[in-house]
Amino acid sequence: MKRLRRTMLFVPGNNPGMIQSASVLGADCVILDLEDAVSLIEKDSARKLVTKALRSWSFKSTEVTVRINPITTVYGPLDLEAMLEVQPDILLIPKAEVASIQEVESRISAFEAARGGETVRTKLFALIESAAGVEYVHEILESSPRLEGVLFGGEDYTSDMGVARTMGGMEIEYARNKVAVACKVHGVDAVDTPFTDVDNHEGLLADARKAKAMGFTGKAAINPRQVGIIHKGFAPDPVEVRYALRVLEAMEEAEAEGKGVFSLDGKMVDAPIIQRARQMVALAEKLGMVKASNVSREGGLV
Amino acid sequence: MRVTRTAKAGTLESNDIFIMVSPSEAEGVNLELQSIVLAQFGRQIRDTILRTVAARGVTQVSIMAQDRGALDYTIEARVETALDRALAEPGVIL
Repeated sequence: MKRLRRTMLFVPGNNPGMIQSASVLGADCVILDLEDAVSLIEKDSARKLVTKALRSWSFKSTEVTVRINPITTVYGPLDLEAMLEVQPDILLIPKAEVASIQEVESRISAFEAARGGETVRTKLFALIESAAGVEYVHEILESSPRLEGVLFGGEDYTSDMGVARTMGGMEIEYARNKVAVACKVHGVDAVDTPFTDVDNHEGLLADARKAKAMGFTGKAAINPRQVGIIHKGFAPDPVEVRYALRVLEAMEEAEAEGKGVFSLDGKMVDAPIIQRARQMVALAEKLGMVKASNVSREGGLV
Repeated sequence: MRVTRTAKAGTLESNDIFIMVSPSEAEGVNLELQSIVLAQFGRQIRDTILRTVAARGVTQVSIMAQDRGALDYTIEARVETALDRALAEPGVIL
């Protein structure tokens, strides 16, 4: 099963204290930010600090992403060059459009060639935050084999569209749906836009649940206090997990009896239901909701 | 190599270190260090700063360092940034 990315937590790239504590904040992934969180006169300082941290500091099991500056700015290529020397898990490419991803891909390929074909381990995430980015999301996802996901940026997207951002989020509904579906088609993660009202925990929980229902695999966080709430929003429903366990149990019994098709609670169970049940149980195992060793025999939630 | 311009890096926030490098009249590295953990880690901080300066090839500079509990890699990053800023050609974007 792929790595969990329920939360990607932004951490300012020029703040040593926050970088040091990034791995204990509970997020599946942290984003060390060299872009919006860093003023123009501190770009060099943040780049150096993040480079040194990636060389020396242990982020333990937390996945580390670095958001570089747009590749079209003077800072973007400098960031990319520095990050390729230390190779974080992921590079988040802002203002992602086909041309910018192709440019990054081409620079990484050139770096690999210059190092005698040594493969860069770093994967890419496209930060889609413009109307063009949303409309051409499929083409963007085809622009580099290193892409592992998309992070949708609702604030810049609505700014580009010239529309107001609202609590209900109607103005980003189309973009969210399009990004989530495109990511599913390409088999990559879809991470939803941050919820910017950091004190509105109920609103965040509802928004996280909505994102999950749309098909997002996670949500960006801009404050450590948001992490637990987002995880709650993305946790599988225990009722659904129990049903999934029963589906797998019934499937085992049907297989033992040589039945190709079987029913559960009066409803026929077919391949898509079994597949969904397997995914649900695998996720529940990963989150410690069920015991991995005896899932199919006992079917009990932890 | 001599530092001929004054430059700064870092902050006075917790876990950070503020570094100011400036031209020195005398040969060598003239380091003035203040730290909230001077008694426990003064020697280590001083060594890290001097090692970083030497690695950059700088032999004549005055350094004022105000430490707020920075780890070694943060100290290295801030010293290198201050030196890069001091030694950069005018107009070069770092």
